[in-house]
Amino acid sequence: MDIRIDKIRKEFGDFPALHDVSLNIRSGELIALLGPSGSGKTTLLRLVAGLEYPTQGRILFGEEDASWKSVQERNVGFVFQHYALFKHMTVFDNVAFGLRVRGSETRPPKAEIRRRVEELIDMVQLSGMEGRYPGQLSGGQRQRVALARAMAIEPRVLLLDEPFGALDAKVRKDLRKWLREFHDRTGHTTLFVTHDQEEALELADRVVVMSQGKIEQVGSADDIYDRPQSAFVFSFVGDSARLPVTITDGDVIFRGSGTGLRTKAANGARHIFFRPGDIQLKSEGPAFEGRILSMRRLAGARIAEIDAGLGEGAERVEIELPLGVPAEQGSLIRFLPHRFAIF
Amino acid sequence: MVDQSATPSRRRNPVSEPVLVRWLLIGICALFLALFLVLPLGTVIGRVFAAGWDSFAETLTDSDTKSAIWLTLSVAALAVPFNLVFGIATAWAIAKFEFKGKTFLTTLIDLPFSVSPVISGLVYVLLFGADTWLGPQLKSMGFPIIFAFPGIFLATVFVTFPFIARELIPLMQAQGTADEEAAISLGASGWQTFVRVTLPNIKWALLYGVLLCNARAMGEFGAVSVVSGHVRGKTLTMPLQIEALYNDYATDSAFAVASLLAALALVTLILRTLLEMKFGAEVGNGRHK
Repeated sequence: MDIRIDKIRKEFGDFPALHDVSLNIRSGELIALLGPSGSGKTTLLRLVAGLEYPTQGRILFGEEDASWKSVQERNVGFVFQHYALFKHMTVFDNVAFGLRVRGSETRPPKAEIRRRVEELIDMVQLSGMEGRYPGQLSGGQRQRVALARAMAIEPRVLLLDEPFGALDAKVRKDLRKWLREFHDRTGHTTLFVTHDQEEALELADRVVVMSQGKIEQVGSADDIYDRPQSAFVFSFVGDSARLPVTITDGDVIFRGSGTGLRTKAANGARHIFFRPGDIQLKSEGPAFEGRILSMRRLAGARIAEIDAGLGEGAERVEIELPLGVPAEQGSLIRFLPHRFAIF
Repeated sequence: MVDQSATPSRRRNPVSEPVLVRWLLIGICALFLALFLVLPLGTVIGRVFAAGWDSFAETLTDSDTKSAIWLTLSVAALAVPFNLVFGIATAWAIAKFEFKGKTFLTTLIDLPFSVSPVISGLVYVLLFGADTWLGPQLKSMGFPIIFAFPGIFLATVFVTFPFIARELIPLMQAQGTADEEAAISLGASGWQTFVRVTLPNIKWALLYGVLLCNARAMGEFGAVSVVSGHVRGKTLTMPLQIEALYNDYATDSAFAVASLLAALALVTLILRTLLEMKFGAEVGNGRHK
């Protein structure tokens, strides 16, 4: 099922949670909505589900305008952040809920419900746990019950709110892989919300980076990480260093002197962004210069915190130094990023 | 350095008090309960036993007493379901929705707790009494309010209103709306969501509230006294009947009815304790993490 989000605006009272957000989701895609808290990602997910109504704009499921349809009519599978399992019901009853509440004309016969629920429980690898209550399950198991329950209604789209948020690191990783496989097997159009970039980049076909109620960038993990299109995306996804520069006719000027770097950015005061690892040390020629404030070891490299302001107001950045380079606290270092962006 | 001389028995929980203080506190508490609760209650029951079974049976089979018991039970049987519905509706509105005047409404629920029961009764006299416009109208239509069953019912409903709502609001607020959202996202209608999800989530608290409400409905004196008119065999509830008997110097009879009312309260208390044990386990077992 294609989903088209068309110029959606959502206000809570006077507070705009989303400004004119548009997004096209292709059938069968696995999409991550990534952003810090307050970026509007959960609001967007709830709008698609029908748990909120838009202030303006439309949401289309295929060709059908679903903007004003009720949650029940939309037929979406929603997995809540804390799963919202019905704690007085067994695993079986939880999964069967969506089928049992149907009107008599669409409700499958009892035996059929049993067959389908058992199939789903088997699919989420919880066979033998049908009779347990949510209170007797681990976090990861509850998560899978929630997923089976959402899948029972044969939803047109699957929506997951921070699906791994409440789990510990190990279970998180396992479930992440498992969810990817699950998605590839079932082929549902899936949207999930996360604030964990690693999760988003690893799991999703496309990542939607959001900030302050707007979409900053939509793209594959490579697009987002290697070709960030805004200062926000550059600094939110992955490690980044940032220095103030001036652009004059394509030359990147730092503290009054040229760096030898060229850009297509327009003239004026800008910032240069680069990954801490994307640098080369320079012994001569134009370069950024700074004093090493501190160093720490990180796996195969050292991270040096550098003051590039050199006494004229602190400009701190972190860069990665290869292990062989002689450098110590207090020494001067000269470097140039070989990949960078100007915003 | 760790003090090696400290024996295990002298080590205690850092937030706990010394043994002497603990026993003192427990002692004060027990003494207070004995003096103010057990002694009077024991006296009531002792008095009934002293008067003997025949006197007890005679009092309870007296037509006025029987009518008082019947009146009390029927008022409670009507007032409790009434407050059940309104209590759930109010708690639902307060716990699950945001609206203007919510704080005011929450305060209003406590009103019956904060005003004197006499006033709770008096408002209905002022509303439906003989010198009002409404009272005589209704009376001429064959539906008297004051000094009759409807008045007693109204006063009881007023006084017992907060019990169920008060019990439900904190629980429903803590539970939030995620379960209900999950239910509707799975296609359940509003009513299905209420019956299959909301109600089971609150059932123990609800039952607890109903018991408290019922206990108060049967025991209410002040408000009912104002609207009852004290017609013997007609508008006397059990508490009023006790007072009437006592004022007649029929002390043994008064004590007999009192013991019955106390027994009803004790049954409520025991049920409450049982529920609390059950309720506590449920909450601990099923809480969302």
